Amino acid sequence: MTAAPVVLAADDVTVELGGLPVLRGITFSVHAGEAVALLGGNGSGKSTLVRSLLGLVPRQRGTVELFGRPLAGFGDWARIGYVPQRSTASLSGAKVREVVAAGRLAHRRPFLPPRPADRAAVTRALEAVGMADRAGDRLSVLSGGQQQRVLIARALAGEPELLVLDEPTAGVDLAHQEVLATLLRDSLRAGTAVMVVLHEAGALGPLVDRAVLLSEGRIAHDGPLGDLAGTFETGGHEHGHDHHHRLLDGTVER
Amino acid sequence: MTEILSYPFMQRALLAALLTGLIAPAIGTYIVQRRLSLLGDGLGHVAIAGVGLALLTGQAPIPVAVVVCVAGAIVVEVLRQRGKATGDVGLAILFYGGLAAGVLMSGIAGAGTGALSQYLFGSLTTVTSGDLRLVGILAVVVLVPTLGLAPQLFAVCSDEEFARTQGLPVRFYNVAIVVLAAVTVTLAMRTVGLLLVSALMVVPVAAAQNLVRGFYAALACAMVVGVLVAVGGAAGSFYADTAPGALIVVLAIGVFALSWPVSAVLGRRRRVAPVLPDSPATGHVVTEGHPHQHGDRCGHQPVRHGDHTDFLHEGHRHALHADHYDEH
Repeated sequence: MTAAPVVLAADDVTVELGGLPVLRGITFSVHAGEAVALLGGNGSGKSTLVRSLLGLVPRQRGTVELFGRPLAGFGDWARIGYVPQRSTASLSGAKVREVVAAGRLAHRRPFLPPRPADRAAVTRALEAVGMADRAGDRLSVLSGGQQQRVLIARALAGEPELLVLDEPTAGVDLAHQEVLATLLRDSLRAGTAVMVVLHEAGALGPLVDRAVLLSEGRIAHDGPLGDLAGTFETGGHEHGHDHHHRLLDGTVER
Repeated sequence: MTEILSYPFMQRALLAALLTGLIAPAIGTYIVQRRLSLLGDGLGHVAIAGVGLALLTGQAPIPVAVVVCVAGAIVVEVLRQRGKATGDVGLAILFYGGLAAGVLMSGIAGAGTGALSQYLFGSLTTVTSGDLRLVGILAVVVLVPTLGLAPQLFAVCSDEEFARTQGLPVRFYNVAIVVLAAVTVTLAMRTVGLLLVSALMVVPVAAAQNLVRGFYAALACAMVVGVLVAVGGAAGSFYADTAPGALIVVLAIGVFALSWPVSAVLGRRRRVAPVLPDSPATGHVVTEGHPHQHGDRCGHQPVRHGDHTDFLHEGHRHALHADHYDEH
């Protein structure tokens, strides 16, 4: 795994929102084909971290490199597929296929119609998430889990090498979480790296190569998910942190 | 109908109305998607300052209003992108300042509010051939990006952060949208008027969203509705001898009101009955004295239940059995 090239590298990333430090000195990396979970409780800064890694939230300090290029000069956005939290978009009037087609824009040029390759990629992405039969429906008539699959299809339509998902399992029932797990397993098998923000390991846990646990804006753990057993997966993480920090001597400075 | 076409001023007025009806809903679709429905109204207020300035300096109103309104639009967008809580108050000050400055300047120019009112509610007789040429050019300036960049603008308006991760120049597109809206507002001041132009940007879009499914279909449908009400309102105001803006907006709201039941009918036809798994029979409970006849149009929600259809009725399900209903 270490021989694989680095697709995302964060070094000393520090973010303040409204004068309050949200992330402090975050350093970690994601390699090609790897599945990394960002875990942590409410307010631990995990969503802010992925958003700052994509340049959506300004950094106070630190550097981010995507595919070996500094974020500021990065222009190869077709290699990245972002699945934001479901609540952020105002897509209510749009059809499923229209939403997914927006995921091809990094491949397209202004004023030119979509090429056959663009249409084919949109169709493939819809089929991959099992929503091809709903392509003509409004997004607003779908269930939460189905909407999540559409947003994943939008990211897959760009045929990315790095898939970034922000809490894809939030508000999604267990049956649909299993569907998402199968989807991500297929992407990983195709060589796509996956970075996923999770509130709890849930159905996606078995896919994860590495878990990065955030606590109060710092990395409290970076290693196999199994090492966190008992502190995170059981849902007792709100109480288990202090004990856990002492176990991972040196990773946390209080 | 041939009568009004014989007047050159009506020919110009109808052409101006046609262009306005085409453009206002086109840019309005993006404004509505971005949930900024009242932006056009605010920009109309800013344009009033431009008209006042033109009256004061003796310039042609449309070019001056375009410049002032575009400048105001850029200020509005920069305030929004800075994204502080004061943006709301800043907008209000900008908008009402525009209205007050316009009235003040036209008063100083000796024109009074009477001269302004033809720009506030539209005036058919005042469209000159020079105006029409300018309106035509600006219409092309607005239509080329609103249609040519539709996928990009749709992405920016519906999910700005995702658009940024597609490498789109989101800030540029956002400024472009408000600038095009500003141009549209000033274009419409002779036909719909500055106080009512926002209605032509929003109401046809709302009607189109009831009538058709999908963003691009709504864009096209809104433009059709816009052209119909703008030309219809301009022609109607000739016979009714009223300000065209009022009639255009009333017609647009009429179309919206009609689109409401249409969307309900379309929605019912598209609604697929949910399916319940068939469970083993649990006895045979006959509904006592149920004179109501369930059917496709009775309004009770149908539910597929095994080999038959139940109807939801006050918290329980009715299934037709011979000449009576069973409780399921």
